[in-house]
Amino acid sequence: MKNLARLGTDFAVTLVGAFGLATAVLLFAGAEPLSAFSALFRGSLGSLLRLGYVMNAWIPLTLCACGLIFTFRIGLWNIGVEGQVMMGAILATWALRCYGEGGSPVLTVAAAFAAGMAGGALWALLAGYLKTKGGVHEIFTGLGLNFVAQAIILWLVFGPWKRAGVASMSGTETFSRDLWLPAVTAMRLSPAGLALVAAALVLTAVLIRYSRAALRLKALGNNERAAPMFGLRPQAYMLLAMAVAGGFAGLAGTIQAAGVYHRLIPAISSNYGYLALLVVMLANYRVAAVPLVAFFFACLNVGSIQLPMVLELDSSLSGVIQGALVLSALAVHGWRSGITKPGRAP
Amino acid sequence: MKVELRDIHKHYGAVRANDGVSLTLAPGTIHGILGENGAGKSTLMKVLAGYTARTRGEILVDGETVDGGTPREAARLGIAMLYQEPMDYPQFSVIENFMTGLSRGLSRRETFFRQQLDSLSRRFRFALDPDRSARDLTPGERQQLELLRLIARGIEVLILDEPTTGISGEQQEALFDALRALAAEGKTVVLVSHKLRDAEALCDRVTVLRNGKVTGTVEKPFSQDRILELMFGALPEPAPRRDVSPGEEVLSVEGLRGTGGRAGLEPVSLRFCRRETVALAGLEGSGQELFLRMAGGLVRPAGGVIRLFGREARGGDARLFRKSGVTFLPASRLEEGLVPGLTIGEHVALLEDRGGFFVSRRESLNRSREKIRRFRILGSPETTVENLSGGNQQRLLLSFLSERSQILLLEHPTRGLDVDSARWTWRRLEDARHEGATILFISSDMDEILSAAGRVLVFFNGRVVLDKRRDETDGTAIGEAMVGKAGASAAGGGNGGAAG
Repeated sequence: MKNLARLGTDFAVTLVGAFGLATAVLLFAGAEPLSAFSALFRGSLGSLLRLGYVMNAWIPLTLCACGLIFTFRIGLWNIGVEGQVMMGAILATWALRCYGEGGSPVLTVAAAFAAGMAGGALWALLAGYLKTKGGVHEIFTGLGLNFVAQAIILWLVFGPWKRAGVASMSGTETFSRDLWLPAVTAMRLSPAGLALVAAALVLTAVLIRYSRAALRLKALGNNERAAPMFGLRPQAYMLLAMAVAGGFAGLAGTIQAAGVYHRLIPAISSNYGYLALLVVMLANYRVAAVPLVAFFFACLNVGSIQLPMVLELDSSLSGVIQGALVLSALAVHGWRSGITKPGRAP
Repeated sequence: MKVELRDIHKHYGAVRANDGVSLTLAPGTIHGILGENGAGKSTLMKVLAGYTARTRGEILVDGETVDGGTPREAARLGIAMLYQEPMDYPQFSVIENFMTGLSRGLSRRETFFRQQLDSLSRRFRFALDPDRSARDLTPGERQQLELLRLIARGIEVLILDEPTTGISGEQQEALFDALRALAAEGKTVVLVSHKLRDAEALCDRVTVLRNGKVTGTVEKPFSQDRILELMFGALPEPAPRRDVSPGEEVLSVEGLRGTGGRAGLEPVSLRFCRRETVALAGLEGSGQELFLRMAGGLVRPAGGVIRLFGREARGGDARLFRKSGVTFLPASRLEEGLVPGLTIGEHVALLEDRGGFFVSRRESLNRSREKIRRFRILGSPETTVENLSGGNQQRLLLSFLSERSQILLLEHPTRGLDVDSARWTWRRLEDARHEGATILFISSDMDEILSAAGRVLVFFNGRVVLDKRRDETDGTAIGEAMVGKAGASAAGGGNGGAAG
C-alpha cells in the first residue's frame, strides 16, 4: 500500500515536472499552453481513426521496448535498435517482393515475418559481435549501423527497388493487395499486429520473471566480473540479448512495412527505436509499465502532428514533452534514491 | 566533545544491523568498539558519521540533540571517519589530495598547505612525500594522508574503522602514537576493530556489540576472557587440523609464467596432490595472486602448461576449469564473487548448471534456506547480498563450494573476518579436505599460514623462493623468504623451467 502511494506520488511529480517544462517552452514561444495540450489530446484520441494511428505507433514502440528490456538487463545500450527496425523492414520487403504469380500469400507473409526478425537480429548481432570481439562500445556501433541501414534503404528506394519510371521519397512500389495484413478499415489498424504485441508482452514478462537466461542476464548486467564464479560467458549472453532485441525490432519493422505502409519508405522506422529507449527508461525497465508508457508516447507523437495546422506550432513539441518526461522521471528517481541512501559508497 | 548515541536502530529490510544501541563517548578517551563480523560496528559508526541514515534513535552532542543525518552536518560538528578503504583520488598527488576540501576560493594557496602538511607530518612522524601520486603509496601511507587531511579539517571525534588492516608494524606504531596524542588533546577517538590486540594496546574503554546490540562495556585493564565472552557468548574452539595423508596428483604446472601485477611470474613448475593444504605466502604482488588466478583459469598464462587431473587444460578458460572441479573464491567478495542487487535465492539459482529453461522458485528457495541454516548466514533468501555483512558474504561464498569442488583456490579466505568466523571457515575447509579436496590459499596472516597449511610456498619478486612442508619450516624462515632473505637453494619449484 505504502509502495503504491509512493509510486503514485512519483508519477504525479514526474507529470507535473514534464508538463511544467513543456508549458514554460510554450509560453516562451508565445503560444497558449492549454490549447496546445488540448490539440494534442484531440489529435490523438479525438476519433476512432486517430486512435488507430496511435495504435499503429504503439505497436512498434512496444515491440522495440520489449526487446530493449533484455539488452538493458545485461547493461547494454542497444541504441542500434533503430537500424534493427529498418533492417527488419528491408528483409521483410525483400521477402514480399519475391511474391509472384501462383505464390501463396500466407506463406509469403510468414516468410516476410521470419526474414524481418532475422534481419533485425542479424543487424543487432553485428553490433554485438563488434562489441564482444572488437571491443567497440555498442552505442557507437549501434549509431553507425543505424546510418548504414538508413543508407541501404535510400539506395534500395532510389535504386534497385524504385517504382517503375519514378524514384521518389514516397518509397517502393506498393505490395500486392494479397499480401496486406488484414485491417480494420475504420481504424486502418491490423489486428494481427495487436495480437503480436500482446504475445510479445506476455512472452517478455514470463521470460524476464521466470527464465534462467534472464536471471543470468541480470547477474551479468549487475556484476560482469563475477561471471567466472558462476561459470557464465558474458559474451554469449550479450549476443543472446542483442539477438532477442534485434528480433523484436525486426518484427516491428516487418509490421511497419507489411501492415502499415505496405511498401518500404525511407522513414519506415519513424524514430520508434530511439523513442522505445525512452519508453523503457521511463517504465523503469519494468515490462508491466511498458505498454502504458508506450501508449502515452504514441498519443504525444500522433497528437503533435496537428499542432502546425491548428496552432502554427512546430510538431516537435511532442519531443519536448517526451524529453521532459524522461528527465523528470530520472530526477524523481535520483531524488528518491538520494533521500533513502545518502552518501552511498562510490 | 561528549557524544551520546541513544537507542540507535538501523534496519536493512529484515536484517537489523543495529538493534537499539546506546553508547556514550567521552572526550579525551580512546573508545574501542569490538564485535565479530556483522555485529553492527561499522554500521553504527557510519550512522554517527552521517554516512548512513539511521532507522530511528537519537544522537546528542554535548547534551543537545542533533539531526546527524548527513556527512556535511557530521563534518560541521567535527565528527570524522577514517574508512577501511582509502577515500582518496589515486590519480592526484599527496598534496593535491591533502588540499581537496580544504582549499577554498580561487587561489590554491599551495604553499600554505605544503607547510601545513609538512608540520603535521613532522608532528606525527609520518613520512609523506607531497609530490608522489597517491596511487604509488602503500595502504598505510594512504591512511596517513587521509588522517592528516581529516586533522587539518578540524576534528573533535575521530572514528577509525579497522585501521590496522593491511598496514606495516611500523606504520601501526606511528598511527597509535598519533591517536594517543589526539586523545591527550581532548579529542575523542573511536576505534572499530575485531582485533583484541589493537584494543588492548590502545583503548581506555571498550564496548562490545553482538548481533546489533551492546553486550557490555569494560574499562581498562581488560580481561581478555571477559571480552571474548561478550563477543561470542561462549569461547570459540580452535580449529582442529586433522592429519590426512595426501593422495594422487591433481594439479600440476610446468614452466608456467605470466605477466601482470608488480612482478609477474617467472617460469615455475609445481605439483599439488589430493588432500593437500598449501599456503601461498609472499608480499602483495610477488606473483602468488597471478599464480592462483592462472591455476583457476581466470588469467591466461604467458607460457607453460597447466594439468588438471593429468589432462592438459587450456589456460584462461574459466568455465573449463570450473567444470573440471576447480573453484576460485576471490578476496573481493562483492566485486568478483557475488552479484550486488541479486538475492541469496537468486545466487543459489544461478549456481545450478544443469537447471531447466525456467528457474524453479520453490527449489531455489528451499536450497537457499538449507544453505542459510547450514552456513549460519544472517539473512533470508530474499536478502540482497550487498546488505549482508562481510562475514556473512564470506559464508555465502563458502556455501557455493559443491561436492564437485576438487581443487579450492582461495584468496585471503579469512581476511576481514572475526576469530569465530575465521575458525568456522577453516573447519568447513578442513571438512572439504577430508573429503578429498586440495586447498591452495593466499594469506598474509602468519598465524593462519602456520596453523592451516600442510605445505608452504613463498613467492618473492615473481619467483617461488621456498617450498617446504609445514613441519620442516617455521615462521622466521617463511618471513625471511617473503622479504627475499632466503637463499636460492631453498627454492623447491624449478625456476629455470622451459617456457613455452
